[in-house]
This record gives sequence, C-alpha cells and structure tokens, in this order.
Amino acid sequence: MTETPKPADQPPAEPAKPNEPAIDRAEKTIETPPVPGAENLPAQPGTTPEPVQRGERTGMFGAHDTGDTTGYGGLRSPILYPGAAVRPYGGDFDAIADALEAATDQGQIARTVIDRGEITFVIPREHLPAVVRALRDDPALRFELCLSVSGVHFPSDIGNELHVVYHLMSITNGHRRIRLEVTAPDADPHIPSVVGTYPAADWHERETWDMFGVVFDGHPALTRILMPDDWPGHPQRKDYPLGGIPVEYKGGTVPPPDQRRSYS
Amino acid sequence: MTTPHSESGSTVYTAADPDEVRHIDDLDEQADLYAAPGEPSEGRVFNAVGGDWNDIVGEVGSRPEERIVVNMGPQHPSTHGVLRLILEIEGETVTEARAGIGYLHTGIEKNMEFRTWTQGVTFCTRMDYLMPIFTETAYCLAVEKLLGITDQIPARASAIRVLMMELNRIGSHLVCLGTGGMELGATTVMTIGFRERERILNIFEMVSGLRMNNAYVRPGGVAQDLPAGAIQAVRDIIPELRQGIRELELLMLENPILKGRLVGIGYLDLTGCMALGITGPMLRSAGYPLDLRKATPYCGYEKYEFDVPTRTGADAYDRLWLRVKEMWESLKIVEQVVAELQDNPGPVMVEDKKIAWPAQLSVGPDGMGNSPAHIAEIMGTSMESLIHHFKLVTEGFRVPPGQAYAAVESPKGELGCHAVSDGGTRPYRAHFREPSFNNLQAVAALCEGAQLADVIVAVASIDPVMGGVDR
Repeated sequence: MTETPKPADQPPAEPAKPNEPAIDRAEKTIETPPVPGAENLPAQPGTTPEPVQRGERTGMFGAHDTGDTTGYGGLRSPILYPGAAVRPYGGDFDAIADALEAATDQGQIARTVIDRGEITFVIPREHLPAVVRALRDDPALRFELCLSVSGVHFPSDIGNELHVVYHLMSITNGHRRIRLEVTAPDADPHIPSVVGTYPAADWHERETWDMFGVVFDGHPALTRILMPDDWPGHPQRKDYPLGGIPVEYKGGTVPPPDQRRSYS
Repeated sequence: MTTPHSESGSTVYTAADPDEVRHIDDLDEQADLYAAPGEPSEGRVFNAVGGDWNDIVGEVGSRPEERIVVNMGPQHPSTHGVLRLILEIEGETVTEARAGIGYLHTGIEKNMEFRTWTQGVTFCTRMDYLMPIFTETAYCLAVEKLLGITDQIPARASAIRVLMMELNRIGSHLVCLGTGGMELGATTVMTIGFRERERILNIFEMVSGLRMNNAYVRPGGVAQDLPAGAIQAVRDIIPELRQGIRELELLMLENPILKGRLVGIGYLDLTGCMALGITGPMLRSAGYPLDLRKATPYCGYEKYEFDVPTRTGADAYDRLWLRVKEMWESLKIVEQVVAELQDNPGPVMVEDKKIAWPAQLSVGPDGMGNSPAHIAEIMGTSMESLIHHFKLVTEGFRVPPGQAYAAVESPKGELGCHAVSDGGTRPYRAHFREPSFNNLQAVAALCEGAQLADVIVAVASIDPVMGGVDR
C-alpha cells in the first residue's frame, strides 16, 4: 500500500468497533492521549489534536466492489479530517483570529482549523452574514476580496452533508488568506448569501447552487449558470447518478465511472 | 398594447400578458421562433444576419416602449468563443448587459473525481486552453500542499515551471491582443499575434510533446526534464519574440484608430474591481499592483527580477498596454530562468518514488516514449519495481485527508485550485477559481450605458476564455 505522509503529532487512529454503526461515529471527535508537557510547547501550525471523522475506509487496497481475497477485507479505518486547532496558531493566524474574535460575538465562530499552513474558520450558517461583514469592514481584518465560493458534498458527514467554502484575501494586511467553511444538511440546504457584502460571490454562489443544490438565501437571482435552466439535479453531488456509455457490441456497455472496478 | 401592429410587412408584439400571448400565437406562429411548443412567446424574434442595422430597427418599429433584446452570441465571431451576451439596447446604446455562460461546460471538475491525482492534470489542462501550464501548476501546487511536499519540489522543476508559465503568459497575451485586434477589424494584429505565439508553441511541443493541453506539470515536479537543445531553442526565439512584440507595440499602442476605439471604454475603477473580485491586468489597469508572483511568491518567483507595470486609466486601452508590457517582463524572467537552468542540472521530480511517476522517457525507435533503463529494471531484474510501477500507474498515490488552496498569477488574474482529499487515490473534489469566470461578472459594469460597438472592446479587454469560464 502506498504510504501517506502524516503530520508527525497526529494521534494513531482509534480502531473502529465493528458492532458500532458508522452513522453514529460521524463528526465524533477522537480522544487524544495526553502528552506530558504538551501544554508548555507551542502548537505547530497544522496541529490537529482532535481530528474529525467523516466516514471510514474498509479493506486495505481501495477496492470497493469486488470480493477481497487478501485477508484485509475486514480492516476498517476512520477517515480523519483536521479538527479544531489549539492556540497558539503560529504565524499571522493568531492576529487574524484575535481580530476576528474581537469583531464578532461569542459563538459566531464554531471552530478554527489550521491545516497545511491555511486557516479555516468554521462558521454556523446563521452567523455567516455578520461574520463576512466584519471580515470585510474591520480595519484589523479588511478581507476585501472574496475570491472563490465552492461546495463540497460529504454524504458521510451526517447532518452537515453540504459544505460551502469561501476563500478570502486581504490585500491591505499583507495578502493574508483565510478560508470560511459553512455547512448545511441535505434536508435543509439553505445558507445565507454573501452577495450583499461581496458582490463577487454572485456567480460563484450560482455555480454552487447549480452544482450542489445549496440555496443561498438572499441572493439576487439564484439561477443555474453552467447547466441548462431546465436541468434536473445537481451534478457535482456525490449522489448524482452517472451515465454509462452504450457500446454497439452484443449489448455491452461501459459502466458509469462509479461502478467500474477501481481502487481509491 | 399587444394588438398586432403591422408596419412594413412585419408584426411587433410585447409579451406582457400570457393570455394575450396565446392570442398572438394563434394569430402568428412565427412570433417567437425559439419558443418550444406550449411555451409562452417572448415576443417576435428578429434575426440580424448582416444587412443594414437601420433596416432591422425600421422593421422592429420605433415604438419607445418596446424593449429590444439582442442576443449576441453564443455563436458570434467577436465574443471570444461561445459567450452569449444578452443586451438590451436603445438605438445604439446598451441599457442592460448580461452574460450567459455554460455553453462549453464539460464537467471537468466532476471528471477529475474519477481519475487519479496525477491523471487530474490531463483534465484540468483543458480548462483554459490558452494557459494550460497555469492551470496545471495551480492544481499541482494544491496537491503538493495536501501531500506536504511543497518544500521537496526540486529547484529545477520549479524553474522549468516558471519558464513554461512565463512563455505561456506571453502566448496567452498574444492571443488576447490578436483576437482583440481581429474583433476590431485589425487582422494584421491577429496575424502577428498568432505568428509570434507559434514560436512559443514550438517550444512547448519540443518540451512537452504537445502544443496545447500539455499535462506537463505533474504533482511532485514536471513530467520530464527539458530535452537536449531546448534551452538553445528558447534562447533563439527570445530575440524573435522581442522583434514581434515590438512590432505589435508599434502597431497598436499609439495607433490613433485603435486608441479612438479603446481609450475610456470599459471603465472599471479600483472600487469596482475590489467589489467584483477582479484580479490580473484589469485590477492593475485601475492602479493597484497586485501580482501574486510578488505578493505571495510560489515556484521560486522571488529569485527573479521583474516589474509589475500598472496604469491608472482603468480602461480597455490600459489593459492592452499592460499586456504588452507584461510580455516584456515575462521575457526578462525567461532570460533569467534559462540562465539558471543552463547552470543547474538536477532532478525534476520529487525523490519520493511513491509519488514520482516513472516518466523520464526518451523516444524509442518505434516513436513511442519509454525509458529503456526503467523497462530493463521492471521487466528484467526487480519484481518489486514492477509491482511499484503497476500500483503507482494504475492506482496512484494516496493523499492524506484535508483541503488546500493554491493560487498562481495567471495572465488573466488569480487562478486558484481548491483541492479536497478523503485519503484516497483520487481527488474528492477539485474546484478551480477561474479568473475568466470571475472577471466576466464585470460585463454589466463595463458595457451598460456604452455603445453597442464598445461591448466588443470591453469584453475583449476582460480576455475571457470560455473553456476556463465554463470548465
């Protein structure tokens, strides 16, 4: 199996209990064994003491649709995403986080994640308009540019299936970059629009609606942008059915990509 | 108001009331050619295919309450590909302009989710077909960030990326100027632009094997080292490019006809740029020297000496001027990189053999690219090497779960890649922040209130490439 580089201080994955269904473990944080003296050491950027689990991986070789004859088929390992970071964050991140905490109310930032040299603020969706307004207007923050809005669909993240990420840059304060992440459940795919603060988000939000079905409340004209107006469904969702290719040879078909034999 | 009204053999309708629309449909089936059966008519459609514009205006009639909506595109020689501009006009003045996109949507981002991380390069290179190297580099920088190998990329690989990107920048700007000139009717500008770009494409073909859609930059480095003679070939074209760009400069920058068409057209000031998230030459034409190569250097751009030209007119002429000057700056960088590459041989791929594809190929007698030494090893001496090769090529490498965003300064502005991994061998999600997509939002701000002919100039000054806009 290909080795994957891991952050040095990420705890080993807790073995999954086979009788516990995966659905209950989603978004549950993993207990970290305390390292003696760790509270005296500065946390390294990218430190994720409590990774967040979203789904799990079975087997060892990434085969999903065929029988596993290797003996590793029963192996289950959690898919761990970086969790909330601990102070100090390192670099500019402490200054950004301090300024943002000063400019917003308690509870408007659910979690701060530092990973791979990037800072991500996870914002509860109801607070998004207030937070982006503070990010743009507060003199210590001044994130003038909303460069990108896009979606990610995590069907295994129960209750938070739809993630929308915003990439902001401040050109006043030394070209700092941050990411905002907002989640919404599939059952209620509503997120407030930020077009009122960042007009640049207009088309990006339309694309996210088109591709993921996220409804941006307050958007001036939330219509499809890439797909035809009457297109059913939202193509970049993970549950969107994929098409196969019929082959003119004895009724053969090339199956859709998610049904082909593959390793991932 | 919707009474059929005959004038010079034509009929004019407005579709205000659905009932009346049906009534109109009964009267004249030709009212709306494009309405599907059962769909309400949007009013009578006139096709403008040549002829005198006054005749069409006369045919429509001169009733002031009529709104004339002109669909310019998606098939129109001067809209830069399959861009559809929906213009509401009053005489020659555009009162409302909207861009309709999506005609070139090919689902590249979705396709990438079903290919390995390395194969993703082959897909994303096809997004903006005028700047393939930039898209590849942004994607690879994001993947390398996810892998945590950004520091391990060999200096030579980064230098080759810079060389290819800067040549690509010149090529992209040449097409922008060339097609922009052609849209104004200046075909000589177009022929010079494409003639000079051809020299760059020859270098691309020599280095990567392909003129466009190169898939040359790979996660971990570049596909192969420069072939023998490539450095000399680049050195040979630099004076030729200088001459060609000088020719364009002389032809365009002080040309009174061109200035008459461009100066003051497509105005968007700094406030507008900030609000609309505009980057690249459009932002620099408003006076702000934002260039990611200077602001947040990547691929070793801090080593090279170059300037970021700016203008303050914020109009189409300044954007053209900046693109010309940026080509000179790119040539400066190319010269420095070539000297660096000449002096510093070395690897062009990360050392980690779990990531680096065995792609150090040479062309064999059969005309196919392969590596005799590598084939001898995997087929003759080492079973383990064969297994590794097979696993890496068919299955790919695994990337730890997480997300990363990497941005490069493309010819059109910030080109970013947001890559998300779930720990598998394929991207869980790859999203591209395409500068063309974002900047095209400015169409309304640039065109409304201007003349119809200025729309062409304004849109050309954005330099949108629909392959990148629609992805």
